[in-house]
Amino acid sequence: MARIDLVDLAHSYGGNDAPQETFALKPVTMTWRQGGAYALLGPSGCGKTTLLNVISGIITPSRGKILFDGVDITPLSTQKRNIAQVFQFPVIYDTMTVGQNLAFPLKNRGMPKAEIDKRVAEIGRLLDLEPHLNRKATRLTADAKQKISLGRGLVRSDVAAVLFDEPLTVIDPELKWQLRSKLKALHRELDLTMIYVTHDQTEALTFADTVVVMHDGRVVQSGTPAELFDKPAHTFVGYFIGSPGMNILAAEVKGREAKVGGHVIALNRAYDNLPSGAKIEIGVRPEFVEVVAPGPGLLTAKIDRIDDLGRIRFARVRVGDAKLAARAPAGFTSSDGNAGLKFDPAHIHVYADSLLVEGAA
Amino acid sequence: MDKTVNQKAWFLVLPVFLVVAFSAVLPLMTVVNYSMQDTFGNNQFFWNGVGWFKELLDPSTDLGGRFLASLGRNLFFSLVILAIEVPLGIVVALSMPRQGWTVAACLVILALPLLIPWNVVGTIWQIFGRPDIGLLGYVLNAVGIDYNYVSNDIDAWVTVIVMDVWHWTSLVALLCYAGLKSIPEAYYQAAQIDGASRWAVFKAIQLPKMNRVLLIAVLLRFMDSFMIYTEPFVVTGGGPGNSTTFVSIELVKIALGQFDLGKAAALSLVYNLIILIVCWIFYTVMTNAGNERKPQEGAA
Repeated sequence: MARIDLVDLAHSYGGNDAPQETFALKPVTMTWRQGGAYALLGPSGCGKTTLLNVISGIITPSRGKILFDGVDITPLSTQKRNIAQVFQFPVIYDTMTVGQNLAFPLKNRGMPKAEIDKRVAEIGRLLDLEPHLNRKATRLTADAKQKISLGRGLVRSDVAAVLFDEPLTVIDPELKWQLRSKLKALHRELDLTMIYVTHDQTEALTFADTVVVMHDGRVVQSGTPAELFDKPAHTFVGYFIGSPGMNILAAEVKGREAKVGGHVIALNRAYDNLPSGAKIEIGVRPEFVEVVAPGPGLLTAKIDRIDDLGRIRFARVRVGDAKLAARAPAGFTSSDGNAGLKFDPAHIHVYADSLLVEGAA
Repeated sequence: MDKTVNQKAWFLVLPVFLVVAFSAVLPLMTVVNYSMQDTFGNNQFFWNGVGWFKELLDPSTDLGGRFLASLGRNLFFSLVILAIEVPLGIVVALSMPRQGWTVAACLVILALPLLIPWNVVGTIWQIFGRPDIGLLGYVLNAVGIDYNYVSNDIDAWVTVIVMDVWHWTSLVALLCYAGLKSIPEAYYQAAQIDGASRWAVFKAIQLPKMNRVLLIAVLLRFMDSFMIYTEPFVVTGGGPGNSTTFVSIELVKIALGQFDLGKAAALSLVYNLIILIVCWIFYTVMTNAGNERKPQEGAA
């Protein structure tokens, strides 16, 4: 169990002399507290797996340091780092029983047999694998196999952190939910630092108390699920988190007003010191835009279609060339395909070069 | 379930029947026919029933003695080359590079012996082992080892076995290498995290994952070595004496040397049957091994 510090950590597969734009992982400094549940979230190729492999020691970072409880472990091999890792596809030792699989890491470390049996029984009980301990591991379902992979990490009492690399990819949907709850329960029970890599926002938001969103090798925001939703620090976060994602519109912003295609939208805060020459955009989540009948003072939009998600309906609309999503209130219909958009000024954010700008009250 | 009856399909499979009949069934029936008869030339045949088969399985007769002795030699040969080629092939596969240009270089070098025609392999070793002009034979004798595959049984055996190992270990190695390459990187990473030693990695991951290809390798090598003819025939001609006379060599001697068509036909039928049975056993074992794994594949 450990606190993990990343200090100016970066990795380039092409060496440090390569231009920083090509780094698989751009320099990052952050601290993960002991016992936290973290998710690394981002699309494929965003560097999240690279970061995970750097932490587990499979990749040695080309720059920076990793500290476990203040001790620099950057040069240490995977074996010496005391981490456990669950991979995307279940890794099972085919010829062994479930119990032997769980005992494998302890046997390799030369632990006495009586102690191994005790630990295996304990972890077997914790993971609900008890009835299978004497069965061949290859015969089990994918979710049981992932539990074995996890168990092989947990049997070692000195584990500093458990790393998950998209562990639910091969699990059936209804079992995914079960396994995820199991992970959460284990996290509460064992007080372990868990780091969970995924590209699925639902998984990340339900599993982690802190979600680290990555994009293009960079950590763009790290925060609670609510923070990511309410206040995306980067247009990418706004767009990536939430379904549908945040509406991003090119705008001219001056003081408390944003101008979109000649139409003025009121803002709650004043933005007087925007960097000149920057690309200015406003972002607003579909939940805070409403389609209503067209009227004076409203931005007019063309409705492409309305998606009914059961408890909520989202209208897909078009303003000029920009595509937006907006909440369609119950009973809303449009006869001619035209609608007005009503924005909630409290939830409109302003972005300069994709980064959030805090306005003055 | 209703089936559509369409007799036209017979016309489509008829050519296959014809080809198979003329290429396999008719020749085989000819052999069966010969195996029941005796001939003294002149195209005159006499009915002999199952007489040849009885003789074949009775070691006290000339035919049975020769057959069973050569069968024993053949089985011994197959076991020895399997015992050498399989472990050696695994070791070679394990020590091959995983990436980089060296992979291609290794593959080409390994494939070379496999591309050489059997009788050329035989000729290469026949010359290589000669004490007067062959590099191997000359050097061995020069350093004081009395080596002569023409006059010494053991030397002849060693030559034939080493030749087979040289010729075919590559096949086992290439199959194993393919098996090793198919192991996902995550297994090695997990083993590293689990603190597994090199030997533990081999035992827990590599060997079980090579299971399938090893079965195929053993099957192929067994069948091939059991039917071996050309190479030992070119090198030793079955000698000295009869010491390296394998079943196929014996068969050719009886059929073409003595022109005993009946005996040769009976022998080839039994020989064929043995190979079919071994084939069937291997096939059953392999498909069962596959069935065992099915539930896991379905679940994953």
